[in-house]
This record gives sequence, C-alpha cells and structure tokens, in this order.
Amino acid sequence: MARPLVNVPKTVKRGENFDIRILISHIMESGQRRDEYGKQIPRDIIHSFLCTYAGEEVFRADFFPAIAANPFLTFSARAVETGQIVFTWTDDHGATAFDSVEIIVE
Amino acid sequence: MSLPRRILLTGAIAVLATPAGATKTDVATAIAALTKGARLRPGRIKLDLPLLVENGNAVAMTLAVTVPLPDAERVLSMHVFAEGNPLPNVINAYFGPRSGAPHLATRIRLATSQTVIAIAACADGTFWTDNVELLVTLAACVDDI
Repeated sequence: MARPLVNVPKTVKRGENFDIRILISHIMESGQRRDEYGKQIPRDIIHSFLCTYAGEEVFRADFFPAIAANPFLTFSARAVETGQIVFTWTDDHGATAFDSVEIIVE
Repeated sequence: MSLPRRILLTGAIAVLATPAGATKTDVATAIAALTKGARLRPGRIKLDLPLLVENGNAVAMTLAVTVPLPDAERVLSMHVFAEGNPLPNVINAYFGPRSGAPHLATRIRLATSQTVIAIAACADGTFWTDNVELLVTLAACVDDI
C-alpha cells in the first residue's frame, strides 16, 4: 500500500487534547461499480484502521465502501506521555500499511 | 469505442438494474443490531454534512460530541448509516482509553439524496442520535471508469 501522510503536532502539553490528521492513497473500490462489459468490479477497500499511542489504543475504525477514495481521517488524542503514535491500515487483500511518529509531551 | 453495441447495451442495462440500495429497513436492522433495543435519544452528537452535495464521491463529514461528559458517560463509539446507499453502514469509530475529544472527520460517498444517521454510544449504555437530510446532485457509484 502507498505511503500514508500523517499530521501530528511535534510537542504538546501534558493533559491536552490534540488532533491527528491522516491520509492514505487507496482506490477504495466499492464493489458496486461495473466495467464496460457489465461485470462487477470486485470490492477492494481499506476495511480497518487502528491508532495506538505508547501501546494503548487511541482510535479504531471500521471502514465500509461508503468511505471515499484516499481515506482521510481526523480524530483526537490526549497527551499523556512522550511516546510513539502508531497507525495501521488493513485492506481487503490483507495488506497493511504502517506509520509511526514520535510525540513529545511537555 | 471498439465494443460491439450489444455488449454496451447489456452493460448499460446492468448498470441501470443495480439494486436500489439499502432501504430504511436495512438501516433500522443495522441500528437495532447496534443498540440491542436500547432507546435512541436525539442530542449530544452533532452530525455535520453539507445540505446540498454537488459531488457524492467525496463528501466532507464531521461527527462530534461537544457536551462535556463525565468519565462514566464517555463516548465509546460513533456509527454512521446511510439510507440511500447500496449498503447501510458508512463507518464505525471506536474511541480508546487514549482518545481525546470525541470527534472525527472524514470523507464519504453518497449514492443519492437521502437521510444520513449518526449514533453515539456512551459508556453508561445510552445511545444518542442526529441525522441530516441532504440533496445529492452528482451521485457516487455511477461514474465512468
């Protein structure tokens, strides 16, 4: 899978909420479209996303074909400790994409 | 186009004959499976979608619970359902122990003018709902390949 784009602040104050914005390039083929011969194009979507922060879960989502191509997501996390924020996307082929960023909590 | 006309016609008919999609009953079934019979109350959650959608292929959607809630009532998950799409579900989002403010934004597909329903499940076992009825001028799913 393609390399994702992740937007997380470099440093945050302890106890504060901060926004995480992510974007990954994916066709998100809905399985509803047909080709020029009328044959159904098989479904191929990212069906799940997981974000952990220092090993604990922040946010998890199940995507359905109604999520637009190149899924974009904004959600919020609470600054607790300095650590790695890890993102995982899984698609219908079982392929996964990973990304991780370090966040410094002051 | 080098395709024989018959194949093109069959293709066109097949496209037109695609099932109309998730009905209100499908959405109601999906919601019932989620709430397990608990009462849905309006409020707390706010679903933000444009009322007039020019392109159904990517519609910006925001979900948020803005009222401050005590820990015992925190938002565990949010769910979105679309009555006019081929499938009732849009997204299920779960907020873990490290999550901050319960909000999310993403882009969704809308097949036709319809009502979109959002549900928030709180830790005290209550379910809150909001919906938006919108008009779609260019639908998703029918674009050329």
